[in-house]
Amino acid sequence: MATETPHTNPAVDGSELIRFDRVTKRFGENTVLDDLDFSVSSGKHVTLIGPSGSGKTTILRLLMTLIKPDQGTIKVDGDYLTHEDRGGKLVEAGEKHTREVRKKIGMVFQQFNLFPNMRVLRNITEAPVHVLGLSKDEAEERARELLDLVGLGDKCDAYPTQLSGGQQQRVAIARALAMRPQVMLLDEVTSALDPELVAGVLDVLRDIAHTTDITMLCVTHEMSFARDISDEVFMFDSGRVIEAGPPEKIFSEPEHERTREFLSAVL
Amino acid sequence: MNWDWDVAKDFLPELGDGLLITLEATALGSVLAFALGLVWALAFRSPTRFVRWPVAAVVEFIRNTPLLVQLFFFYYVLPTWDIKFSALTTGVIALGLHYSTYTAEVYRAGIDGVPRGQWEAATALSLSRGRTWIAVILPQAIRRVVPALGNYVIAMLKDSPMLALIGVVDMLQKARAHGASSFEYIEPYTMVGIAFILIAYPASLLMRALERRLGH
Repeated sequence: MATETPHTNPAVDGSELIRFDRVTKRFGENTVLDDLDFSVSSGKHVTLIGPSGSGKTTILRLLMTLIKPDQGTIKVDGDYLTHEDRGGKLVEAGEKHTREVRKKIGMVFQQFNLFPNMRVLRNITEAPVHVLGLSKDEAEERARELLDLVGLGDKCDAYPTQLSGGQQQRVAIARALAMRPQVMLLDEVTSALDPELVAGVLDVLRDIAHTTDITMLCVTHEMSFARDISDEVFMFDSGRVIEAGPPEKIFSEPEHERTREFLSAVL
Repeated sequence: MNWDWDVAKDFLPELGDGLLITLEATALGSVLAFALGLVWALAFRSPTRFVRWPVAAVVEFIRNTPLLVQLFFFYYVLPTWDIKFSALTTGVIALGLHYSTYTAEVYRAGIDGVPRGQWEAATALSLSRGRTWIAVILPQAIRRVVPALGNYVIAMLKDSPMLALIGVVDMLQKARAHGASSFEYIEPYTMVGIAFILIAYPASLLMRALERRLGH
């Protein structure tokens, strides 16, 4: 897959796309991830659940290189994310290397994080033009298709502040998709939305999950959504995966006591 | 003390000439202060302390010494090092450099005010550092500090008469020259004062309106 041209979607061959190898992350005294091994296969939709502070969001933020691991390594599509292999020795990666690997990853944030100084269309075309090197016309065509996909084809010229939270989040999804990432990270994407706007965003994501090959990593509290789109659910507690499996199993007959407690509290 | 309209009328063309110089000095000084201030503000955020520390020291030094001292320094000392500028150019450099240390703080506040999520979104889209600054951070940072920058333009306008002391023929210098040759003082100086009010007051009202519009 390393030789693939950048603008085509990856084939779903079930190979390992993400691998955390003995990753530890601390914030001060608090160990958020504890010697974690974790992997996701290409094309899978994976949901991370667990009590807050259990390290789910930290996994996404490590993958997006918003934070760095204290120990351990992360591989994406066979390449080290925060390290570089220099003559057999593993050294901390330069910014250029990290940026190349990171291009395979897209992220949608809880707070949308659209650029308020740009119209909707430019929010979506900015990175394809300046990072992938697409022409403006190409990027705009792609952006319009994606806006249609998320049901906002008529909002090209709006500024983000003129949109509802749900609409902003759908633009943010389109913006992430415009980079044609192999992996999409969804960090509690409905948590900041008014209840009546949640369904529209989840519908869009369901649609993407069911119609594309894109690998998804979701942190969510929407258990019915998790059940619906996931191939695999990981239950986190205190920085470790305590249980993993298909959603039918995790939600219906969890093995671990902590999982049962957690699910009875949120369901 | 009598106000003589004929004297006022005589002085008016000179006032106009001086006003153009005053505005020119303020405008060029502002451009310099805006540009240099941005350079300082970006240097404050440099990842290497070998950039951050010296810049911070120089900026503190310039901000905490009087503009007049800097003006005389540039005017009298630089030529002894064979660096020669016209009086106006020297004045503009001193004014712009001095005020750049204030605009740097303004930019810094504006940059700090951009939410962290904007940096994170730029990272998630793999935008380069330069592109992140140009397309995402600075447009938002500068937008929210426009009124504060404008207030420094007004302050520069009011400091610009100092340039008369190194021989720039601005409004004040015109009034001094007029008084020296004709012994008429009331009208020229009063008119200079009125000219400043007529520019500075509407400008400050404009800045206040801008501040309200930008939601501060």
